[in-house]
Amino acid sequence: MSGGAGFRAEGLRVRLGGRMALDGADFSARPGALTAIVGPNGSGKTTLMRALTGELSGRAIAAGCVTLDGRPLAQLDPTLLAQRRAVLPQASALAFPFTVLEVVRLGAADPAAAVAALAQVGLAGFGGRFYQELSGGEQQRAQLARALAQVARPPADGAARWLLLDEPVASLDIRHQIAVMRLARGFARSGGGVIAVMHDLNLTALFADAVAVMVEGRIVAAGPPEAALTDAVLSAAYACELRVNMAPAKGLFVLPHAPAGALS
Amino acid sequence: MPAELTAGAPPLAGDRTTRARAVTLGLAALLAALAAISLEVGAADASFLDLARAWAGGAPLDATSRVVLLDIRLPRLAMGVLVGAALAVSGAVMQGLFRNPLADPGLVGVGAGAGLGAIAAIVLAGLLPPAIGGALGHYATPLAAFAGGWVSTLILYRVATRQGRTSVAVMLLAGIALGALAGALSGVLIYMADDAQLRDLTFWGLGSLAGASWTKLAAAAPLILAALAAAPLLARGLNGLALGEGAAMHLGVRVQRVKSAAVLTVAAAAGAAVAASGGIGFIGIVAPHLLRLTIGPDHRWLLPASALFGAALLVGADMVSRTLVAPAELPIGIVTAAVGGPFFLWILLRNRATLDL
Repeated sequence: MSGGAGFRAEGLRVRLGGRMALDGADFSARPGALTAIVGPNGSGKTTLMRALTGELSGRAIAAGCVTLDGRPLAQLDPTLLAQRRAVLPQASALAFPFTVLEVVRLGAADPAAAVAALAQVGLAGFGGRFYQELSGGEQQRAQLARALAQVARPPADGAARWLLLDEPVASLDIRHQIAVMRLARGFARSGGGVIAVMHDLNLTALFADAVAVMVEGRIVAAGPPEAALTDAVLSAAYACELRVNMAPAKGLFVLPHAPAGALS
Repeated sequence: MPAELTAGAPPLAGDRTTRARAVTLGLAALLAALAAISLEVGAADASFLDLARAWAGGAPLDATSRVVLLDIRLPRLAMGVLVGAALAVSGAVMQGLFRNPLADPGLVGVGAGAGLGAIAAIVLAGLLPPAIGGALGHYATPLAAFAGGWVSTLILYRVATRQGRTSVAVMLLAGIALGALAGALSGVLIYMADDAQLRDLTFWGLGSLAGASWTKLAAAAPLILAALAAAPLLARGLNGLALGEGAAMHLGVRVQRVKSAAVLTVAAAAGAAVAASGGIGFIGIVAPHLLRLTIGPDHRWLLPASALFGAALLVGADMVSRTLVAPAELPIGIVTAAVGGPFFLWILLRNRATLDL
């Protein structure tokens, strides 16, 4: 999209613990779309996500910068930024015994927004439970509700709202995986932007509007799933043979396609 | 907005705001009642009601009762309220900063660091150029205790916390090391002290409100009041930190600023409390912990409620220490430790499974 709307990273180089976690990554995501980041373990997906959330310190960023609607992230006021984008971290350990409702209200003080967000993630009626007593999947959905509540209200300047999700379906069963991906796509359809780090290539193929494939700190392919998720790209990225096929109904699916023993 | 969410609706499941408000008001009433009783109870037979009647134009009060009430009991009560509130708030803020219910200035060496500062101020007072010493006056001891507490908190945070996560084991062990180091340096200073200074140190070290006077109160109050005023401003940031530093930043919290302010608040409250009354333990653990069980960990309520509860606990403990062996009195540190020690063991027992040391 022209005009620089959305998140954009150009030539981003990030040094973490003495190694280049991102080595010249070019990435962009526009509002109205669900953009997935995929790639093998250690390819820099989470580091890219942390750069997009504004969490990485200026010292870690060796080159390049992240912009939101054309403005460098570092220049945006933290409060304003919090109105425009919410983040679902990969894992979150909560100190102290908060109730689920209290956790969601850390995102938005408005009780109505909190209750609505809990209903959206299928946790209606869970508000009075203690967060620590939930299962891993329920905790992840409660955190998603917190993120949804944080950006429930459009920002004052009318800019698009964003959800940045780091492996949003990692600890969910398949029904909730699909429910959460639908929710994310619905958020994008209503004009918001979604960036999700994904491990499941099939869910990615089903739900993403755009995909960025990462290898060794770089984006090696980006575009709509049909263009970015090809046999050649995926097989090279994951260093194992993969075949992309079309399902009878609609959409792509990916099958591992390796001779016995090649994956071990 | 659905109709059931508007005013007058039953409270939402999981929303403890109503209870928190009620508990906070209840604690304020409890503190007021304890304060009134504490002005009435004591070795001397003086009643505040008589003084109030005298002020209202009734029979004049004899001079002894006047002195007992205005120059002994009232400053002691005020000191108990301020120190109790300071101990509880410094505990609650420190626990929020370290994301751990066992962090308490008294347990992890911050109190010892503040004590070292206070001792240094007393023993080394003569070494200061008279101009500076005179300007600092009574503030020298609390300010030095604040500095000592600040340095210890900073060291402890650097050692025990990595990327926003605190290791309980490292925190407690580092606290032991800091406490030992501060104790050793304090020992050197005490060894250097002359007889008059030793007497001052002994009275101070007993952990007592017995020496409370308007002068000591005036010296400690500014730091404590500053810490109590700053605490509510930290509440949202500490709530965010409960989710971790990254998530707090995503919520719009200026993490670095909140952490620095929290360290300063802990040091100011704990330092001034230590300077004023020596080491009084466990208030900073007991008050926030019991409140988290009843009103939840939301710091917007936890911090003010802790201040009120800590003040009430200390005023109550002071009454016990004054009446248990009357007309003599127990150092208040003995009373709080006798109650707080078993309570702390109970916390450990309850949390054994999750502490993961």
